[in-house]
Amino acid sequence: MIAVTILNRLIMAAVTLFGVALIVFVLLRVVPGDPIAMMISPGATPADIAAMRAHYGLDASLPVQFGLWLKAVAVGDFGTSISLKRDVLGLLGDRLPATLELAFAALVLAVLVGGIVAIVGTLVRRTVLEPIIDSLNGLFLAVPDFVWALALVLVLGVAFPLFPLSGRIDPGIETEFHTPFYLIESLVTLHFAIFADVAAHMVMPVLALGLPLAAIVARVLKATLSEAMLQDYILLARLKGMSNLRLVLQEALRNAVGPTIALTGVQFTFLIGGTVIVERIFAYPGIGNMAIDAVINRDLPLIQGLVLVFGLLFIVINLLVDALVAAFNPRLAHG
Amino acid sequence: MAEITATHAPVTPSRGSRRWRALLREPKVLMGGGFILLLIVLAVFAPFIAPKDPLEQDLMSGTLPPSWMDGGDQNFLLGTDDLGRDVLSRMIFGTRIALTVAFVAASLSALIGTLLGLFAGWYGGWADRIISRLVDIWMAFPPVLLSILLVAVFGSGVHSVIAAIVIIDWTRFCRVVRSETQAQAQMDYVTAARTIGFSKLHILFSEILPNVAPVLIALVSLEMGIAVIVEAILSFVGLSVSSDTPTWGGMIAEGRQIIHDGWWVLVAPLAALFATVLAFNQLGDGLRRALDPVMRR
Repeated sequence: MIAVTILNRLIMAAVTLFGVALIVFVLLRVVPGDPIAMMISPGATPADIAAMRAHYGLDASLPVQFGLWLKAVAVGDFGTSISLKRDVLGLLGDRLPATLELAFAALVLAVLVGGIVAIVGTLVRRTVLEPIIDSLNGLFLAVPDFVWALALVLVLGVAFPLFPLSGRIDPGIETEFHTPFYLIESLVTLHFAIFADVAAHMVMPVLALGLPLAAIVARVLKATLSEAMLQDYILLARLKGMSNLRLVLQEALRNAVGPTIALTGVQFTFLIGGTVIVERIFAYPGIGNMAIDAVINRDLPLIQGLVLVFGLLFIVINLLVDALVAAFNPRLAHG
Repeated sequence: MAEITATHAPVTPSRGSRRWRALLREPKVLMGGGFILLLIVLAVFAPFIAPKDPLEQDLMSGTLPPSWMDGGDQNFLLGTDDLGRDVLSRMIFGTRIALTVAFVAASLSALIGTLLGLFAGWYGGWADRIISRLVDIWMAFPPVLLSILLVAVFGSGVHSVIAAIVIIDWTRFCRVVRSETQAQAQMDYVTAARTIGFSKLHILFSEILPNVAPVLIALVSLEMGIAVIVEAILSFVGLSVSSDTPTWGGMIAEGRQIIHDGWWVLVAPLAALFATVLAFNQLGDGLRRALDPVMRR
């Protein structure tokens, strides 16, 4: 049964990815503005233009172009970026790790902050502190990453310039990275000064991305915890003399984790979407920032590759979340 | 049939007025709604309220700080940008684009999403499968990237921004309305309506839709907040309306450029954006509390 369910999920995922690819492909071909016209030199003859068009595969009919592109993608060939004149897969390989480091740091922040707020909120239920925590949480729920990012620019970048405003690493630092995972590499190779600099560059974007998610985690977890605290088994444990904190951490939390993971996973995919604009604001060299430039430059192969990567991330995260939820819910696993 | 209408007809007017009273008792509705009303007044009467022409450049008084600060000019309450344009006036005129996009885009996405959600949830079968799959595919796109892509396809301008938001955000309504419709379809009143012999379409629009409406109305208010943000993001990236029209997002982009010389150019529109999004959220939250009979208890 489980194998069938997994197979079913994978087929659905493939259909979704195909749909994403098809929509983007068709959408891009109706874009007004010829990418070739943007890159030719003024003296080019019509023959030169036609040759260039053929070089980028833009001279065939739409279905043929789509078929060729799919076939190439299947073997890992995403084509050549028109604006950056580089192999798309190589560009993605360079930029995706920057975005992944950002997104996962934001996820960790969100789970930690959200978890702590939820536990504290559950402990102070029916006291004067509860409405204060709830309204603060409501504020973070309502205001999106774009606004937080700019507010952080003003507060931590200009009023109290504690953290760098843009980029991923201080251009003055001379070092050679062997992998595109700067944060992890500098930590593993014990270059703490470099690690500190890379981390400082991530503080503001991570806060902007992570705080709205933290608010969501806090609300869902607090709601499920509060509900769990009313159950009979909690009453029993309380009668046995367990402290409130231990009740929440040992008993209630275990049963509240499942729904929180499910929702956090879905929201994490939104967070990855949010990297597009947050990376732009902080001039952070990830795939989001590159995507905006790619659209502005009408760089068709690059946009296609980027959208496919975003779609793939979305699907992989959803599959992982389903697996995690099943792992945390014994009823689902046996069903 | 006649008896049925006779039994529930007298209840309707009192239920309606009770809802109104519940609405006006909800502080979130009053605060959020009040702020939105203020914005509407600012947008409609912008030429009479704004102290200056929002487009008038005065290079002699460029990047002036707010009037209460050192070097501020009494004529420019919130200061000027690098081209010497009055920040306050541009902010007031910015409400026009923000509200236009909010109202039009949210209503259209609600209309399309609700219709598809109602059909998917009520008729099920292949209609449901196709619509749900479409929603899944849509969710796999990062919304900001898709909106930038769509505006690039349509060409910049307020119509493109609205179209992009509708194309992306109908799924929000579709998902919620679909699951609400499925839940309502299980209710006794629906079975009753079927037994009486109402047609499926009639039950959907005159029995189920009114019960889905409270959630829907709250969602429209939230969507207006989202639309304001999306417009600001697109203006920020430089893909929304032309730079002749003042927008909050455009001001934010200018402010980000000259952040070290004139932070106030960024603060003013950001504060407006913050307050507007919060107001739409409070209004939506309050509406949901006031209209939803279960939440009201």
